[in-house]
Formats: sequence, structure tokens, C-alpha cells
Amino acid sequence: MATTPTPFNADKRKGFLVDTARCIGCRSCQVACKQWNKLHADKTTNKGTFENPRDLTPALYNRIHFVESTTSDGGMSWQFFNERCMHCGEAGCMKVCPSPGALTRTKDGIVVFNKEKCISCKYCVSACPFNIPRYDDDDKVSKCHLCIDRVSNGLTPACAKACPTEALKFGNRDTLIASAKAANKTLYGENDLQGLGVVYALEGPPDQYGLPNKPSIPFSIFLWKDVIKPLGILGFWGSIGAVLLHYVTIGPKQLEEEHPRSEEDHHE
Amino acid sequence: MTNHWIDLKNADVILIMGANPAENHPLSFRWIMKAKDAGAKVICVDPRFTRSAAKSDLYAALRSGTDIAFLGGMINYIIQNKAYFEEYVKQYTNASYLVNGDFKMPGELAGLFSGYDPQKRSYDPKAWSFQKGADDSVRKDMTLLDPNCVFQLLKKHYSRYTPELVSRITGTPKEKLLEIYKLYASTGAPDKAGTSMYAMGWTQHTVGTQNIRTMSIIQLLLGNMGVAGGGVNALRGESNVQGSTDQGLLFHILPGYLPVPSADLKDLAAYNEKYTPKSKDPQSANWWQNRPKYIASYLKAIYGAKATKENDYGYAWLPKLDPGMNCSWLMIFDNMIKGKFKGFFAWGQNPACSGTNSNKVRNALAKLDWMVTVNIFDNETASFWKGPGMNPADVKTEVFLLPAAASFEKEGSISNSGRWAQWRYAAVKPLGSSKPDAEIIHELYQKLKSLYTKEGGALPEQLLNLTWNYGFKHADGSIHSVDPHLVAKEINGYFLEDVPDKKAPASMPPKMLGKKGELVGGFALLQADGSTSCGNWIYSQSYNEKGNMMARRGKKDPTGLGMFPEWSWCWPVNRRIIYNRASCDLDGKPFNQKKAVVYWNPAAVQPTGALGAWVGDVPDGPWPPMSDPKDGKKPFIMRADGVAAIFGPGMKEGPFPEHYEPLECPLAENMLSKQLNNPTIKLFKEADVKEDMVASCDPRFPYVASTYRVTEHWQTGVMTRNTPWLLELQPRLFVELSPELAKEKGIKSGDMVEVSSIRGSVEAAAMVTQRFKPFTIGDQVVHEVGMPYCYGWHTPNVGDSVNLLTPTVGDANTMIPETKAFMVGIKRKG
Repeated sequence: MATTPTPFNADKRKGFLVDTARCIGCRSCQVACKQWNKLHADKTTNKGTFENPRDLTPALYNRIHFVESTTSDGGMSWQFFNERCMHCGEAGCMKVCPSPGALTRTKDGIVVFNKEKCISCKYCVSACPFNIPRYDDDDKVSKCHLCIDRVSNGLTPACAKACPTEALKFGNRDTLIASAKAANKTLYGENDLQGLGVVYALEGPPDQYGLPNKPSIPFSIFLWKDVIKPLGILGFWGSIGAVLLHYVTIGPKQLEEEHPRSEEDHHE
Repeated sequence: MTNHWIDLKNADVILIMGANPAENHPLSFRWIMKAKDAGAKVICVDPRFTRSAAKSDLYAALRSGTDIAFLGGMINYIIQNKAYFEEYVKQYTNASYLVNGDFKMPGELAGLFSGYDPQKRSYDPKAWSFQKGADDSVRKDMTLLDPNCVFQLLKKHYSRYTPELVSRITGTPKEKLLEIYKLYASTGAPDKAGTSMYAMGWTQHTVGTQNIRTMSIIQLLLGNMGVAGGGVNALRGESNVQGSTDQGLLFHILPGYLPVPSADLKDLAAYNEKYTPKSKDPQSANWWQNRPKYIASYLKAIYGAKATKENDYGYAWLPKLDPGMNCSWLMIFDNMIKGKFKGFFAWGQNPACSGTNSNKVRNALAKLDWMVTVNIFDNETASFWKGPGMNPADVKTEVFLLPAAASFEKEGSISNSGRWAQWRYAAVKPLGSSKPDAEIIHELYQKLKSLYTKEGGALPEQLLNLTWNYGFKHADGSIHSVDPHLVAKEINGYFLEDVPDKKAPASMPPKMLGKKGELVGGFALLQADGSTSCGNWIYSQSYNEKGNMMARRGKKDPTGLGMFPEWSWCWPVNRRIIYNRASCDLDGKPFNQKKAVVYWNPAAVQPTGALGAWVGDVPDGPWPPMSDPKDGKKPFIMRADGVAAIFGPGMKEGPFPEHYEPLECPLAENMLSKQLNNPTIKLFKEADVKEDMVASCDPRFPYVASTYRVTEHWQTGVMTRNTPWLLELQPRLFVELSPELAKEKGIKSGDMVEVSSIRGSVEAAAMVTQRFKPFTIGDQVVHEVGMPYCYGWHTPNVGDSVNLLTPTVGDANTMIPETKAFMVGIKRKG
């Protein structure tokens, strides 16, 4: 597959190291994010788990997924996994977005959004290997932007600032990876999709946390970006291409309703 | 805490038991993780697999209320396997003391110690006395072999706590017990440290104090007191509960842990006689011999110039308890429901939800003429009159709700669990008409003072003679606003006269300890003759002539142990680890050279010119180590005999902890003895107050229940339920139960269920989870369920307080309610 040239200085790339062994599931990250980004609270229901909300929402950029299981020796395991935009080096959302400026990358490598430029097409939703982008009540994209307003002013993102145990560490991506390797951590996302901006030190296999073992951008996106879209430069073919893409990525239009506005629609 | 939060990083083994720090003290895990990075092992023992358990290396479940059995088994293991730190035990504890030959223990007396009076439900502690020699000193056997010595009695007492029996009582598998015992006992090595982190999971039992005593004995056997990474560490449940306890929050103590006088102590001399211990041992510092200085300075602080030598420094004005009188939480509401109170201040609290047996509390509030609640939000207490089961027309209580400023809206100190008093500044101005608590108290005082002045009344001196020098004064003498710095200075204390240094050689001018008007530099300078004032002796030094020590933010860490001596200030005298001289041998050499809290440097020259000094943390006194026969002192300076007490320091239940079942329990018999419950607890009788019902071994309530907190909410949830972001995380009351019990009861995760005790019921969402497992207790299967206590009816659709279910019964020593072990039934709704 053709690769997109890295549009940022990889040495200066910033990111997170999420060390699940250090995470105590306190969810300071969830609340600090809401506070800094002035996101409203979602109404939730206790359906028999500590985990709430049950999915990312337009007003929830990161959350802790609680993974409860029994171990082979009859003991218990309860793991806490921080779910959020991965700020992929090769970002499906950016690749597919037809509106210039709606999804862009900063020089630090952070994938940010601009609601004013968003045309509500939701292509990014289908193009994301991690099912991250959500659409708000105004039908505009919404996701973790790594507190770009803080980072560009030399501050740590709100979630990492609030984390009491350094489970969520922000900094130069290379440095974080080197420190994790020095501590003999098994990493997820170091090289996938040209390196995820959020690299995980996991205690178990990725699928245990609901992560794809080998994340990739859907083939249809490759088709769009690398085959159909270049053809689309010819003009007319572009609109045919867009229709085609809409069909292969989003499918028939009823899918829109399937995307939850709140966790009420989600059940285990 | 004997140690402090950061010190957790120095531990080799961390025992989390009776606490859930990952959820309730998340920041502690910053330091636990650093300990783990350095190779430490974390043990978690809890009925439920918690977020702390999830981060531990070793987890074991135990049935609620069986901690003494679990830990008693550990004492037995430590002794049988000779894992104790022998030199420490011999030198720094009373293990060698000989107990009188008539003394009998529960193994011989059907679960009781000598001296029990069943009518009074109490012991005569004289039955536990030590053998005395001709010179009135305690007889000892330093070989620890005498059958009457404390060590041999300890060994005999806990030999009954075999792994097999402990397993049958606790429900913890024997192999798991032994695995934990072995790991924790490894800290008995002189250069290893084990720390104990506990909270309400240990205290809120009818045997709460003895739970902690059992752990204290373990820590002494293993030599874990006074060392870095050791200690018995209470994780306080509120950011400033340490501070409020230090400042006299409880009914029976004045600031600085001075006992509240009882009415039979007619004058200050009688008070001092009773509460000032004596020691003839030249090696005992017996620090409480200074008590008269502290009480006199306290009286001078509160009554100022009105307190004179002639009037006993105003001792007569201090409120007194009747002898033996208990005014703790349970008694307040017991008396209130019996109509013995007219008015009540519910200040920064929500007893309608936090109080055990909340129906009793709520019904008691309805017996009042008036109630003032001071809070940052309306809550179940302020609005009790319109709560469930109340008919507002029938409630005669007049309720006032005063809006208080939140912590970010006021300046002052808070003292954390590690005794660090940290100064904070107001971030924003109070909203609307809300005021800092001190301002509200101030207005109340001004009003009462003017009423007493105009109208007179009973005992006006108590109020009119108070000093009140807290800020800028108007022409009429009233204070514009309370200045927290002046309050802090009063707590620190002043020299009220020039005080000469009587120990210094005569000189001209004479050497002074301090001049009139100066702030006292520390409690060692306080006087018993009225020449000094001090609002709280343990805080003396916190705000001295060098400034506000609590506001310091120095980041130096000379020992590398995380003590940060210039960051804020900690009591006493900035000592970060108390009993720290016990971390060294008799010559002052640290047992663990790599983590030396203090050590004796014989070559150091002191300011006085004397040779030899302690280096490191502020030591427990300047004296040389014990090997100095002339000036050496024993390390446990707050004990009259200078050593730590393995054999009981005046607990109600006896000199060694013994396992008794919770008042409400699933068992008809205690597997250890014929004594089912703690024989010394106060029993509240249903015949007196109908709400005081108890149902043990009742088939309607077959499941053990426990209550707890969650990360996402705080206390009864008054602050957090009003924070939508937090309600989003934990939206309503839930009950955690095992899949086995859920199957038995036809309950699925997410179902609404009714959980009831004989006292009340609540509706909760069922959380079916393998994190609870059925226990095998003796030969029967016992289920346990758990619920958080952070909800209340005042917030719509979250469910009511689980304290509607909990009983009115308390620990025999402290009367803290037993909310961690009681019995319930559960059924699916609809």
C-alpha cells in the first residue's frame, strides 16, 4: 500500500503513553477533560457496571473502559483502559475528509478538528479504525484534540495533568516510547498506521481491551484516497466517487440513526 | 499516619486492608506505583475485589468483620516461624514485661479475659496488671521465655488462630492466608519495611479499635514502626479530618489530644494529677509529663488575661463531662430521639444520610425545636422535614440553612493524613451571601456575646471571657472580618511575658526563651505558669517568628526519602516519621542503612556545645540513643515507660485483640469461643427506641452487607451529586453481588432490586460481578453484598442512603458505628 509522506516532524511529535498497569480507573482524565473543554454532562443510567458513559459521546473525548475477567488460576482481573482518539500517524479520518481544514494535523502531530469547516459528511467515522469520532447536536465532528489550546501554550493536556499515577503520560513521543522500552513494556501502536500518537503499554492482548490486533484503515478508504480521489480530480468523477465512497464507507443512509446520541442506546 | 503519603514509596510490602486507596485516596497510588517500580509487593485484603485489588500483586477476600481473625493468624505465623525482629521486640516493646500470674485469656475463659463484669459489660483493667519489683518498677524477662511474659502470652493467645480455623472464620482459603502471611512477615528483616494502609474498613466495626491494635502488634513484631516505608497509616476520609481531629473535633478531646475534663476533676491540679503520667525510669522521656504546660497554655489562649493563676487559668469555665459520660455521634442521636435536645447545629455534615440507622437520625431531627444547617448545598438533613416518610405539617422543627463558602473560597490550613499542615489561599470570592465558616462562627459569637451582655444567662463567663483577637476592630470593638493568620498564630502560641531560660548559665542580660509578644518557637518552650499561650500544643512552631511554616513550598529532599522538610509543616515539630529513633539500634545506627530516617552522629557538635547529634528527620527528642546509660532515652516517648505496648494500652476489650463476630452476623456461634460479640459494646435496646432493631441469624436477612465509597463521589455525595460530571460517572445507588447469589435470587445485572435490613430498605441497581464471591464459612456458604453510601433522596432518581439499613451500634472504645458488617435481604423489584 502506498504510504502518505509524514506531514510533520516525527522527532518533535507529541503524544501519550498510556500505561494500563498504572491506571487505577479513577477517571480523573474523563472529568478533567470535560472541565477544561467545557463539555456538558451526559445523562446516564447504571446498568450494572462502574463504566459510565458506556461509549464515547460528542461530550466525552476520553473515557475509561473497565475490563473485568477471571484469570486462568481462578483469580480476578479488572483492567482499566483509556479510550480516545489515537492521533494516528496515518489518520484515516484526515485521509477521507473532503472538506479542507475540517481535520488537520498540527506540527506536533496532533489531529485537530474545526467544526466550522466540518460539512457533516461523517466519512471520518467510517474511516477511523478505532471508532472514535462522534457527531454533536449540530452534526459536527467532535473528538479528543489533545487539548491543543493547552499544548500550544506549553501546558500538559488536562487528562494527563489530572492523572495521579502517571498512567497517562504526555510528552515527546520518541522519549515516551524509549522510557517504556527501558522499562520492558510491551507497546501497542508504536509502528501501526505510521505510529499512533497514543501508544499503549498493555498488560494483555489488544483484543482484550477492544483494540484491533493490527489496526488498519478500511480498504474502502484506500480505494477512495489512493484510487478514486485522484481520478476525481477530473471533476465529474469526483462526485461519482463521493457517492461511491458514501456507499462503501457509510452505506445506505439509515446508518446515521445507529450512531448514538447518548449511551442510553448502548447495551452490553 | 505515623508516616506520610510520599513515604509509601519506601515500603517493601504494602498491606492494603480495611481501605481502598485506589478508589478513595487515588493520589496515594502515585507513591504506591513508585514503590512497585522499585520492586515492592502490594497485598490487598477486602471482601470485594476493588480497584485497589486490581492493582495489587496478591489479593485475598475475607468476610466483613473478621479482620482480627485474619491478622491474629498472621501474628501466630510470625511467632511460629520466628519471623519477628527480635532485637526490636526486646528493646522497643513491652514484650519482656511480666504479667501477674492470675491473668487468664480467652482460650481459658470462654472468650473473655480476666476481670470481666457481665452486669456492667466492662472489665476491671487491674486484672491485667504487670508484676512489680521492690522499687515499683515492672519485672521483665529479657529472654522472653517466662510463661508470664507478654511475648509468651501473645504466643499462647494467638496459637489458637491456626490457618485452618482462621480460614473457616474468614472464608479466605488457607493457602492464600499463608501466602500473604509469608510475604508480609518478610518485612521482619531489619532492613525491610512493611506498611499498613487502613481506613474505615477497619474502624467502622464493633471491634474497630482492636482491628488497628492487631496490626500495631504485627508492626511492632516486625520492627516496622518508626522506619521509612513502615508505620500504621490511617487514610483519613476527608482532606482536613486530621486537622479537625487535632483541633478538638471530638467530644472527649480538647485541641492537641488533651482530655476533656470530667466534672469530678474539680480543679486544674486534680486534672493534671489524673492526666500527667509519671515515670521513675531515667531512660523514659515520658513526654506527657509536660501535660500541665499544654493545658495551662491552652487555657491562656482561650481566656487570655481573664485566666490567672488565682482562678486556675479559668479551668472552671471549661465545659465538663459527667464522669463516664459519652457524647459521641450515636449518643447524640439517641438522646435527640428521646427528646433531650432543643437545638442542633449540623455544620458541614449530612447526618440524615451519613448517620448509621438514618431513619433513627431523621426521626430524631423531627424532635428538635430548631436546627441550623451550614452547608454549601441544600441536602437531606436541611430538607429532612419534606423527605420520605415525613409529613411536613407534623414536623415542628424550625430549620435554618446557612450557605457556607467552599474550600476554594477561603484561606487557611488543612492537615492531611500525614499530619502535614498546608496553607491554602482563597482562589475565588464566596458566591452570593455564602461565607467562610469562621465568619459564620464569628457572627454567631458576636450575637451571643451581645445577648449575654444585655440579658445575662447561665454561666456567661464561658463565653464572655473568651479571647477574640482575630482581626481589625471597629470603634465599637467588633471585628470587621476574621483573619485566618491571627487564628493560626493563636494556635501556635505567644510568649505573654518575657520568659527567661532557666537552664542557661547566669548572664547579663539573662538568656531568654522568648520575649513578651513573640510567637512561641515550639512546644518545648511552653510553660505551666501562664507565661505562654498556645491554642494547640502539637501545632506550636507552625506559625512562628520566622513566618508561616505551613505556607512553605521548599522542595529540598536531603534524605532522598521524600520527607521534604521545607514543604509545609507537619506536627509534631516538623517530624515526618514519628517514633523515628526506633529505626535505629541502641547505638543510633539505622537498621536500614539505605533508607535511614535518622542516625546518631557522635562527632556532631550541638549548638549547646554538647557532642553528638541526630541527623536526618527531626528526631523524637534530642537525647542520645539508648546505649548512653546517662542521657539515652527510649524511642516511644509518648508512652510513660518509653516502649511500645504489645500488651494492651487500656482498650475496653482486653490487653490483646480477640475475634468477635459483628453484632449482626450470619453465625449463631463464634468459632473461636463461646463469646459471640464484643462483650464490652453498648447495646441500644429496641424497647427504648423502636428504630434500634437488630436481626442476627435471621432468615429474612441472610446476607452480609458492607458499605463503602467510590472514587466518583465523596462522603454522602452532597458536593458530588451536585456536580453533573460526577453523577454522569456513577449515576445512582447500586448493589454489588456475586453471580451465584444473583442466580439464586433471579437477578440480572442492571435489574432494580430492593435491599433491606430490619431497619429499612433501599432501591438499587443490581451490579452482578465476579468481584464478589460466595464465602465458605465453617460448613456453610455465606454471601456478601456491598453498596456505596454516597446517595440520598434529595437528588432525583439516584436512590436513598444505604445508612437506612445500618445498625445503631458502635465500637466499644470509640463508638464509631458498625456500618461495615450487617445483615440484609435482597429481592428483585417488580
